[in-house]
Amino acid sequence: MMKKPNNMMLQTLARLIILVVLSFSIYLMLAGHNSPGGGFIGGLMTASAILILYLSFGLNPIKKVIRFDFIKIIGIGLLLPGVTGLVSIFLGDSYLKQYFDYFQIPLIGEVELTTALPFDLGVYFVVLASALTIILTIAEDDK
Amino acid sequence: MTLLHWAVLSPFIAAILIPFLYKYLKRIHTGWFVFILPLVLFIYFLSFIPRTSSGEAILNNLDWVPSLGINFNVYVDGLSLLFALLITGIGALVVLYSIYYLSKRKEKLNNFYVYLLMFMGAMLGVVLSDNLIVIYVFWEVTSIASSLLISYWYTREKSIYGAQKSMYITVFGGLSMLAGFSLLYIIAGTFSIRELVANADIIMASSLFIPAMILVLLGAFTKSAQFPFHIWLPDAMEAPTPVSAYLHSATMVKAGIYLVARLTGVFGGAPEWFWIITAAGLITLIWGSISAVRQKDLKGILAYSTVSQLGLIMSLLGAGSAAFYFQDGDSALYMTAILAAVFHLINHATFKGSLFMAVGIVDHETGTRDIRKLGGLMTIMPVTATISLIGLASMAGLPPFNGFLSKELFLTGMLNVTEYGIFNLEAFGFIIPIIAFIASVFTFLYCILMFSKTFMGKFDISKLKVKHVHEAPAGMLISPVILAVLVIVFGLFPNLLAYSIIEPAMAAIAPGILSPGEFFDVHITHWHGFSAELFMTIGIIVLGVLLFMTFKKWENTAFYRGEKDLFNAAYDYGYDGLIKGSQGLTRIQMTGRLRDYFIYMCTFIILIMGYTMYRYNLPLIQNLDLSPIPIYTWLVISVFVGSILTIPFLNNRIAIIITTGVSGFLVALLFVLFRAPDLALTQLLIETVSVVLFMLVFYHLPKLKKVKTPPRMKTIKLVISIGFGLMITLGSLSAFSMGQEANYESISEYYTENSKEKAGGYNIVNVILVDFRGLDTMLEVLVVSLAVLTVVSLIRLRFKGGEDV
Repeated sequence: MMKKPNNMMLQTLARLIILVVLSFSIYLMLAGHNSPGGGFIGGLMTASAILILYLSFGLNPIKKVIRFDFIKIIGIGLLLPGVTGLVSIFLGDSYLKQYFDYFQIPLIGEVELTTALPFDLGVYFVVLASALTIILTIAEDDK
Repeated sequence: MTLLHWAVLSPFIAAILIPFLYKYLKRIHTGWFVFILPLVLFIYFLSFIPRTSSGEAILNNLDWVPSLGINFNVYVDGLSLLFALLITGIGALVVLYSIYYLSKRKEKLNNFYVYLLMFMGAMLGVVLSDNLIVIYVFWEVTSIASSLLISYWYTREKSIYGAQKSMYITVFGGLSMLAGFSLLYIIAGTFSIRELVANADIIMASSLFIPAMILVLLGAFTKSAQFPFHIWLPDAMEAPTPVSAYLHSATMVKAGIYLVARLTGVFGGAPEWFWIITAAGLITLIWGSISAVRQKDLKGILAYSTVSQLGLIMSLLGAGSAAFYFQDGDSALYMTAILAAVFHLINHATFKGSLFMAVGIVDHETGTRDIRKLGGLMTIMPVTATISLIGLASMAGLPPFNGFLSKELFLTGMLNVTEYGIFNLEAFGFIIPIIAFIASVFTFLYCILMFSKTFMGKFDISKLKVKHVHEAPAGMLISPVILAVLVIVFGLFPNLLAYSIIEPAMAAIAPGILSPGEFFDVHITHWHGFSAELFMTIGIIVLGVLLFMTFKKWENTAFYRGEKDLFNAAYDYGYDGLIKGSQGLTRIQMTGRLRDYFIYMCTFIILIMGYTMYRYNLPLIQNLDLSPIPIYTWLVISVFVGSILTIPFLNNRIAIIITTGVSGFLVALLFVLFRAPDLALTQLLIETVSVVLFMLVFYHLPKLKKVKTPPRMKTIKLVISIGFGLMITLGSLSAFSMGQEANYESISEYYTENSKEKAGGYNIVNVILVDFRGLDTMLEVLVVSLAVLTVVSLIRLRFKGGEDV
């Protein structure tokens, strides 16, 4: 199914939809700390956005555009939470303690920055890459 | 985190860097980078000597899981310092040796040094921590590192066999030990060794004393290759020789000895402790030395000799534990045994280390370790021959080497046992020196055999695979030469060690025997008159030489021709049985059908929940103060239930997928109704992604078959389904009602109040995930990744049929 689709309606729509879905997924990921969203949801939504691409344009063309080794991304995603957790050990707290503070950034205004964000980013990467890896592996399986 | 903590962890950190150094600096042998670390650590630990020798102990605390009494507390006293010096000192020499032993072009050096460093760190952790659980963790890491190193040449079948064997035996012991530690915790309420020692009388009086002791000893005996668990050590010789020198003679196998020495303060003084350890040690000593005579492989001889020497040290620790029975009195009587144990521990590391390295050189240069093929190497490899001669003479107990001194002390310790007058020793005590004597004769015998077969006699190149044999390169000789020099230095000037290292270690093994400010008397000399020990040594030499002279007579007996240990058969038989048994068990339950697995799971949950409810007089459903359910919720739920109920009656796969999807989306709707936007979003996305998945696998799925299920089976399935639903409903209702009755405050209150204040976020779900329960999330993410790897390997590495698994 994902080998050679030729559906003009889908392809035209996908170009539009993808923009919205992708940007919304990144918003979800970043906004997660204070409003609905977070790494898990954001990751899944990005994954479904990329899935739309695969579904409408086929596996190989998209593979040429998105050249990530998703398994490596899983590795990075696993390292991020582990490493951010270490920060608190160096500061003398227990493992995985998260910190937050508010900063004034020019043009943007007051922004809350947290160590939970890189942690959540790790979750985002793992979920995104996991969903895609599973689906792509099954899709590429010819036997 | 103090410097000491970092010292323990530094090998692990170095282990992370090694693969990169190996990859990007191929021109330099990776060993040179590794070499720096043990050297620096060795010097660092040397700096502790002034403090420990004045009787001081350093304790640095670091909380790990304080609520469970598990803390990474680093404790340095005489005993742990002695071991730390052995680990880093021998470690540095072994790494130096391995640089010349392992070729940088042919070998996978990154694997080798990562495992080696992992081992070094774990071993430091074992000897330097005060907490039993931390010791256990590091203990198991040493087992794993040891197995990995044994199977370093993993294409060889024998390496795999040896690695598995050592793993099974030592991990079995490790788990027993964990159980023993838990029992100690139940008795005394602490995992800290110092606190356990302080509460020794409570532990001694407990009914769990014997089980705890036996379980802990199982750990120590399996690790230190005590009879009958010794069988893994000879097979571990498949590891590269530097590893054998390091792990399987100088350090890891002494972890069991360390544990026994360390816990002497807890268990010592009990007759059971005395008898079990002394007896196990003596049997190991004699069994090892007799078996060593039968070996034809040089490393085999050294392996059994290590077994036997470990038994010797163990028996000394057993004999010395009587000190706790007397508490005061004639301390020299039983402390000689502990002195001998500590001194021999150091000596064994020096002479056995140099011997292993010498054997490694012989193997490296001639391509064989079979004494039937070797001979006459003395003129070809003079340095190696000298090193071996020194090492073997020391092991055999000849003056003026350090082995002679500790052997004499050993005999004194064993003779002293007959004078204790406790633990029924007046009846059986006389056996102990006799066993020690016989075992020493055999030790002497295999030492001469080893030297004469390798270095004397005729050199015959036609028996060897190599064309030309010459002395090893200088770099390879540095380490064994240093060790051989130490053998002589410690032999001539034993008092170098007496009060700097040996006495503090003795004081650490026997805490509370001395009043503060006092020191044990450590007096080691070559000559102490015409004593019983001296005559025993002369007897050993005479008998040993006699046996060697008559070698031709017993060369062809069954005793010498076979070399297999009787206990190997027991292990192999047990191993086969275990494999067959577990295969049988698996075959019964693994049908490969999801529905069967679901039946298992649901039945089990029903049983366990049913039992719990019955046991605690549940279900308890009263005074349910429920909020009213609006009509639209009823509506959603009835459609939801309806959609699920239709699924079993559908025959069309697409219809089933769609109906499942409907129920999924309805759940999302329910989440929305209960104002849980995060859950709803997640549910919606998962439903979407699963639709794509379903579409993908749709082609590959077989046609829905009408399976003829017997009506009885159908009823059973129906009963299980209804029972399962009922249990969940009753369980949640009871939980709710109990919570109301007991007036529990819901945890969600806590999160609502603190999420903004403590974690800076309004979205409680997210804050719980990334902050309050961060560790859970991290591990869940790990589980997801593992699942992905499983899927990938199941699909991409699918069997094509005919593979051997």
